[in-house]
Amino acid sequence: MVRLLAAEAHEVAVPAMIDWAWLIVAVPYVSFFLIVFLGKRLPGRGHEIGIGATAISFLLSVPVFASTISALGTEGFHGFEKSIRWLQFGDNEFLELGMKIDGLTVVMLIVVTFVSLMVHIYSTGYMHGDRRYTWFYAALSLFTGSMLNLVMANNLLQLLVGWEGVGICSYFLIGHWFEERENSNAAIKAFITTRIGDVGFLFGVFVLFFAAGTFNITEITEAVEGGTIAAGVLTAAAVLLFFGAIGKSAQVPLHVWLPDAMAGPTPVSALIHAATMVVAGVYLVARMFTVFHASPVALDEVAIIGSITMLIAALLALVQDDIKRVLAYSTISQLAYMIAGLGISAYTGAVFHIWTHAWFKALLFLGAGSVIHAVHSNNMSDMGGLKDKMPITYRTYMVGGFALAGFFPLAGFFSKDEIILGAFMQARAGHGVGWFVFITMIVTAFLTACYVARMLALTFFGKPKYDTGHVHPHESPGSMTTPLILLAILSVVGGWVGLPGEPNLFANWIHFEALEHHPFNLAIAIFSMIVAIAGFLTGWTIFRGGRLKIDIVRSPFGWFYRLLENKYYLDDIYMSAIVRPIRDQISKFAYWTNQNVLDGLVNVTGMATAALGRGAYDKIDQPLIDGAVNGVAFGADVAGRGLKFWQSGNIQGYAGVLFVGIVAFVLAFIFIRI
Amino acid sequence: MHQYVFVVIGVLMAIAAVRLVTTKNVVHGALYLLMVLAGAAAIFILLLAEFVGWVQVLLYIGAVVVLLLFGLMLTRAPIGRTALDNQSRALAALVAGAIFAMTSMVLVRAFDGQMIDFSQTLTVRTLGGVLFTKYVLPFEVVSVLLLAALVGAVVLAKRDE
Amino acid sequence: MMPVTWVLLLSAFLFSVGVYGVLARRNAVLILMSIEVMLTAVNINLVAFNAMLKDVEMMGQIFALFIITIAAAEIGVGLAIVILIYRNRTTVTVDEVSLMKW
Repeated sequence: MVRLLAAEAHEVAVPAMIDWAWLIVAVPYVSFFLIVFLGKRLPGRGHEIGIGATAISFLLSVPVFASTISALGTEGFHGFEKSIRWLQFGDNEFLELGMKIDGLTVVMLIVVTFVSLMVHIYSTGYMHGDRRYTWFYAALSLFTGSMLNLVMANNLLQLLVGWEGVGICSYFLIGHWFEERENSNAAIKAFITTRIGDVGFLFGVFVLFFAAGTFNITEITEAVEGGTIAAGVLTAAAVLLFFGAIGKSAQVPLHVWLPDAMAGPTPVSALIHAATMVVAGVYLVARMFTVFHASPVALDEVAIIGSITMLIAALLALVQDDIKRVLAYSTISQLAYMIAGLGISAYTGAVFHIWTHAWFKALLFLGAGSVIHAVHSNNMSDMGGLKDKMPITYRTYMVGGFALAGFFPLAGFFSKDEIILGAFMQARAGHGVGWFVFITMIVTAFLTACYVARMLALTFFGKPKYDTGHVHPHESPGSMTTPLILLAILSVVGGWVGLPGEPNLFANWIHFEALEHHPFNLAIAIFSMIVAIAGFLTGWTIFRGGRLKIDIVRSPFGWFYRLLENKYYLDDIYMSAIVRPIRDQISKFAYWTNQNVLDGLVNVTGMATAALGRGAYDKIDQPLIDGAVNGVAFGADVAGRGLKFWQSGNIQGYAGVLFVGIVAFVLAFIFIRI
Repeated sequence: MHQYVFVVIGVLMAIAAVRLVTTKNVVHGALYLLMVLAGAAAIFILLLAEFVGWVQVLLYIGAVVVLLLFGLMLTRAPIGRTALDNQSRALAALVAGAIFAMTSMVLVRAFDGQMIDFSQTLTVRTLGGVLFTKYVLPFEVVSVLLLAALVGAVVLAKRDE
Repeated sequence: MMPVTWVLLLSAFLFSVGVYGVLARRNAVLILMSIEVMLTAVNINLVAFNAMLKDVEMMGQIFALFIITIAAAEIGVGLAIVILIYRNRTTVTVDEVSLMKW
C-alpha cells in the first residue's frame, strides 16, 4: 500500500515549506471541482474560487522558490524530492506520486502561478458576461493544476499525466466558443496535432523505462550519467521525447495548430503561450537534458529543428493581419529560440528565456486582448491611432514589444543575448551546427524587431482605421489594466536576475553540471543590440505610414510573399497529402474489399449451402421430419394459444418476475433444507 | 482506521446509489453512478485489491461512464419524474426490498463472525502470475468475447447505407 | 480487522438498489446504469471474499477482473442496441418498446 519515502538526505536541512509544496498542485485541482460544483451559486459565478486558488498557489510558490534557491548554493545539492508509492507491482516495480523540486521546477512554479493569476484576474473583465463563465474558470484551474503537476512531477508517468491534462484543457479552452464551427475545428486541430507528437513522447517514456527500469527522473538521470544505457537507446529515447516537444511547443512541422488556436479567448492564448502548454515541450527537453546531452545526434536535431522553426515563424509573423496571429507566430519563433538554445547546449540561456518570455508574452497577449476588446476586431487593418485612446495599454504594450525585440535593459535582451552567446561559443568551438544556429538567430532577431515595429506602428500609431462612427475605443477596466502594469514591471526587471556577474544570479539557480557557463561577452551583446535596433528601424520605416503590406507582390519576390501568405502551403499539404488520402482512399479500398472479396466469399458459401440444403430437403426432411414436426407444432399451437398472454412485451415485467422467482427459490431452499 | 474509512465510503456509496435510481435528471444520474463506481474502486483498494481498484477506475470511470454519457446525449434523454420512472415504483421497491432482505439474511447467516485481515499482502505480481498461467484460457476467451462485442456494437450502431 | 458482513451488507444493499433501478426506470440508459451498479456490488463481494479467505491464488480478484471486462462488453453492445432503438423509434423508453408480444 502507500508508503512514505524519506526526503532525500542532502547536506541541506529540508525547510518545512517543502513538505507542503504539493499543495501548490493540489489547490488548483481542488478548485476545479469546487468551481464545477459550487461555482454557479456564488455571486462572482466561480471566479473568486479560481482567483483565490491561484493566489494561494502563487503565495505558496514564493517561499518554496526562496528556500530552494537559497539551498542551491550548497555543494552537491541538486534539489528536494519526496514521493509516495501508490501502486506496488512487485518488490521493485512500483509507481510513484511525488515531487521533484530543484531550480528548474521553482522557476517554472513562479512563472506558471504568476501568469495564471494575472490571467485569472484579467479574465474577470475580459470574459464578463460570457455564457460559460463558470466553466471557463473551472477549465483555467484545471489547466493551471495540470501544468503545475507536469512541472513538479518526479517521474515521467506523472509528468505524462500533467502533459495530457494540459492537452485536454487547451482543447476545452480553445474551443470555448464552440458554437462557431471554426473554433471547434481549431480545438480539434490543436488536440490532434499535439497528439501526434504525444505518441512519440509516450514511446520515449517506454524506451527510457525499459532501459533504466524506472520512471523516476532522478534515477534515469543517474543511469544515463553512469553510462549504463547504450548510446543508440539514448538517441532513440531523446528523439522520441523530442517528438512530444515538437508537438506541444509547436515546432516545425507540427506548428500548424498554434496560429489556429487563436480561436480561443485571448486570456487563454496568454496562458497557453506564456506559461502553460507550449512551454511544456521546452520544459521537457530541459528536464530530460541529460538524455539529450548524452546523444550528440539528438542535440543536433533539436538545434536544427529549432533554427528552421524560428526563421519560418518570424517570416510568417511579418505578413499577418490578425494581431493575435502575429503574436502566435512570434511565440513559435521564440520557443524555437529556446529549443535551439537547448540544442546548442545553452541550457541556462534557454531556461532563462522561458522565464523572461513568459512575462512579456503574457503582457503582449493581454494587451492585445485589451485592444481587441476596445475595437471589436482582431485585425490590425481595423486598428491604428490607439495611442491616445488607451494610454495604459499603449505604454505597457510598448514595454512588451521592446522586451520581445530584445532592447537593453528589458527582460528579453538578457536571455536572448545569453542564447546567442552560447551559439557563438559553440560555433567558435568548431561545431558546424553552431554556425548555422548562430546565423539563423541573428537573422531571426532582426526579423523579430522588424515585426514588432510593424505591429506597434499598425496598432497604436497612424490614423484610426476602425469605423470611427460606430467604434469608440476606450481604456479597459482596472481588472484588465492592473495585470498589464504588473507584467510590464516584470518585463522590465525580470531580466535583471541575469545581469552579468560571475556567475550571474540566474545561472546560479539553473545550470547543467557538465556544461561550462560562458561569461558575459560585451561584443556579442552590442552586436545583438545593433541587430535588434536595425531590425526595428527597418520595420518602422516601412510600416510607419500604416501600410499593412509591402508592395512586393508584383516584384521578383512576389512568389516568396505569396508563399508566406499561404503559410508555406503546409496546411494544404497536410490536408491533401494526409487527411484526404486517408479519408478517401482507405474508405474506397475498404469498400472495394467489401464488394469483391467479402461478397464473393459470402456468395460461394451461400451457393454451397443451398445445394446441400436442397439435397437434405428431398431425402431427409420431407418424409421423416415433417411428420414429427407437424405433431409437435399442433401441440405447440394449443399451448401457445393459452400462454400467449404471458408475453406482454414489457421487459421490466419479465425482470420483476425473474427477481421474484429468485427470492422464492432461495427461500424455498432455505426452509426446505433447514 | 480501515473500518472508519470503509463506513464513510460505504455510506456515501449507498446515498449515491439511491440518488442514482431516484434522480429526475439523467446527467445527474450519470454523476451519481460515477460516485458509486469511484467508491467501489476505493473499497477495492481498501480490501487489498489495488489492481482491481485501478482497473475499475480506468475502465468504469474512464470508459463506461463516458460511454453512458454519450448514450444520454445521443438519445436526448428527457427530464422529469414521469418521463424517467414508470408506474410500478412501489412494486419495484417491494421486489428490491425482498431481494435485500433475502440476500442479507443468507449472507449474515453464512459469514457472521468472519473477519477481514488487513495486514496480509497481496501483490499484483502474484495476480499477474496466476492470471497468465492458471487462468490463461478464460483470459483468451474473454478477449474473443470483447472482440465479438466490439464487432457487434459496430454492426448494430452502424447506419444502413 | 473488520467483520466481513459489513462489506457483504453494503454489496447486498447496492445490488437491491440496482434491482429497483432496473424495475422502476423507464429510460434504457438509466437501466443500463442500474445494471452497472449491480455488477459492481457483485465485484465488491468477490474482492471481500478474496481478502477474507487470504486466497494466494487470488481467485476472487481474477473473477472480479473478468466481470469488469464482461461488463465493459455488455455496456458497449447494450448502448449500441439502445442507440439503434432510438434511431428507429426516436425513444428509449422501454415500456414503449414492446413489439415482442402476441
